[in-house]
Amino acid sequence: MEDKPKSKINLNRVDMPRQDPLVRAHNYNEVALGYSDDMARQESTRCIQCPKRPCVAGCPVNVDIPEFIKAVRDNNMPEAVKILKSKNALPAICGRVCPQETQCEQVCSLGKKGAPIAIGRLERYVADWDLGHKESASPTQVPPPTGKKVAIIGSGPAGLTCAADLAKLGHKVTMFEALHTAGGVLMYGIPEFRLPKKVVQAEVDYVKSLGVDVQLDSVMGKLATVDELLSTGYAAVFLGTGAGLPMFMDIPGENLNGVYSANEYLTRVNLMKAYLFPEYDTPIKIGKRVAVIGGGNVAMDSARCALRLGADKVYIVYRRSRAEMPARHEEAENAEEEGIIFKLLTNPKQIIGDDKGWVKGMECYEMELGEPDASGRRRPITKQGSEFIMDVDVVVVALGTTPNPLIPATTKGLEITKRGTVVADEQSGKTVKDRVWAGGDVVTGAATVISAMGAGKRAAASIHAFLTDQK
Amino acid sequence: MFKIVAKEKLTPVIDCLKVEAPALSRKARAGQFVIIRVDEVGERIPLTLADWDAKEGTITLVAMQVGTSTKKLGALKAGDNLQNLVGPLGLPSDIEKFGTVICVGGGVGIAPIYPIARALREAGNKVISIIGARNKDLLFWEDRMKKVSDELIVTTDDGSYARKGLVTEPLKEKLDAGKIDRVIAIGPAVMMKFCSLTTKPYNVPTIVSLNSIMVDGTGMCGCCRISVGGVTKFACVDGPDFDGHQVDWNIAFDRQKVYLKEEKDSLDKWESCQCGKS
Repeated sequence: MEDKPKSKINLNRVDMPRQDPLVRAHNYNEVALGYSDDMARQESTRCIQCPKRPCVAGCPVNVDIPEFIKAVRDNNMPEAVKILKSKNALPAICGRVCPQETQCEQVCSLGKKGAPIAIGRLERYVADWDLGHKESASPTQVPPPTGKKVAIIGSGPAGLTCAADLAKLGHKVTMFEALHTAGGVLMYGIPEFRLPKKVVQAEVDYVKSLGVDVQLDSVMGKLATVDELLSTGYAAVFLGTGAGLPMFMDIPGENLNGVYSANEYLTRVNLMKAYLFPEYDTPIKIGKRVAVIGGGNVAMDSARCALRLGADKVYIVYRRSRAEMPARHEEAENAEEEGIIFKLLTNPKQIIGDDKGWVKGMECYEMELGEPDASGRRRPITKQGSEFIMDVDVVVVALGTTPNPLIPATTKGLEITKRGTVVADEQSGKTVKDRVWAGGDVVTGAATVISAMGAGKRAAASIHAFLTDQK
Repeated sequence: MFKIVAKEKLTPVIDCLKVEAPALSRKARAGQFVIIRVDEVGERIPLTLADWDAKEGTITLVAMQVGTSTKKLGALKAGDNLQNLVGPLGLPSDIEKFGTVICVGGGVGIAPIYPIARALREAGNKVISIIGARNKDLLFWEDRMKKVSDELIVTTDDGSYARKGLVTEPLKEKLDAGKIDRVIAIGPAVMMKFCSLTTKPYNVPTIVSLNSIMVDGTGMCGCCRISVGGVTKFACVDGPDFDGHQVDWNIAFDRQKVYLKEEKDSLDKWESCQCGKS
């Protein structure tokens, strides 16, 4: 291979094949199929290896992006894996669910002239290659034990990253998970067709291979408090408990049968495998006409699950317009291609029930956009007298989540905001409580997988410095 | 995996299991519950703690066979394992010296009322217990309840044992007979509703323990939501104990019926599989 591509740079990225929308709307297989070797090689040659490396700064965990892309180009896959994994413990996950378009890819030098390098797709390609070549991989070298014990509460992206980094430094890490499966939102929240559970399991297994002890079925705050952990041999505690408490709208009819929080809906489908009922014991109401309220990724995931479960019509009900929708563009597009109907500028007024307590419709207002509000987005205003009724029998409320109060309620000395989040230093993740760190959604409120990983990583560095000083 | 160290049938359809769970047994308190999953394809179901022994490192669960999960549970033997067991969940019952309290246990609800009655007695209350079942065959733990109560009244709906009638009848008599400071009622939702209606005119604080459908049991899904005094609460984290006079029973009844059809389908499938096996 030559150092520079001979021809002019192709300004278009190599497309990633996806399942046909009409086919995938009825199966749970992964929608995006990943690059072939040729596609990856071809895309990697588009990287101009610019000296400014803006992509690295655009990445919350500062992956050495140009270097791993160069290794792909040179067909040196073990090297590409090594570079990627030295900064990112969960690349197969990030390659799939990171919003690269607002991070590394947004600042790519190529983006000024054409399409930025498809960093996420290449990351996924490298990570998947690694998962497929486990037998040839040399095990990660773990230094001799430091004798320090760290407890990590929550096994989602923040906890997994923090655990991996600390284990790699020789600390003895125990990770506590409330559910019966490790992975947090990666397991219970993000659907199979967007993030296959075997990919998550492989990443969890990798973290375990570093020596991390994963304790499932362990609700901290109940089974043991943070203070009890600190007094029973753990030198430090990291809180990565996420934002798992669902928000409802507080409108009439929300307790009717057939109304779900997105958390419940997705947990039943993903974690409990209700889509395989009755082979699996957990049921879900499929519904003929499903309304999902909200415009984020979780709303898209819920709507696309409803479609795959077999609903005839699935609506996204969102009070602003398409431009303000917080979901990734790609996910909204996937949803629309599959046949999800977008009811924009629409806001529920009440959910209507039948005499048996079941949803039979939803009354909504039409909305219009006014001046920008505090979030910078144009404020939705109710059009008086515009009420109309949507004929639906299942409603999924996907309006966001807040942190679970279990740990704050049972831990003295933490500082908690009005929104229920734990206050922690942005750089180090240190809370105001001695020997306690926190990171991810429990600190920021619901955000992205990669920002939680970044927080887990920074906290691990700070915990390591603390443990080292302690000697 | 959590090992079942002992199992007995309390009635033909009610099973009692003692399960190894050392950490949990040290933290358990009256009124709290656990979530179990019997096997890899199982549902997560909540069961209120019937007893625990921190020295032995075990907890005791009592379940009536009504659906797939509880039938699967009933089919397990000592030495078998539960796939998952998590807890203690929910808030413990309020235990303090109230004075004279009445503990009402209906059907399988006798099991969770037992540790509450015991704790209330230990806290210095005079405990009057009323336990009831549809018939003699469904009644259990009369001996245990006797030990933790100053007075025990037993009823059967059909009169096949002890006093004939519903638990609400002796409850009303006791309310008429003297000052009662608190009532705790655990059993089928309809029983808890009528206990609450019975005590309402007497203005006696009445606590019920709601057995809502749950998934995670930690406040994550909101499946167990319930309206109490017009405010939506989650039974898993805000309860399971609530003021029986404030509970919106209609919503509670409706929400228990969400999966009636699916529960039947699931059970039919499981039972047909069992026939093939035997």
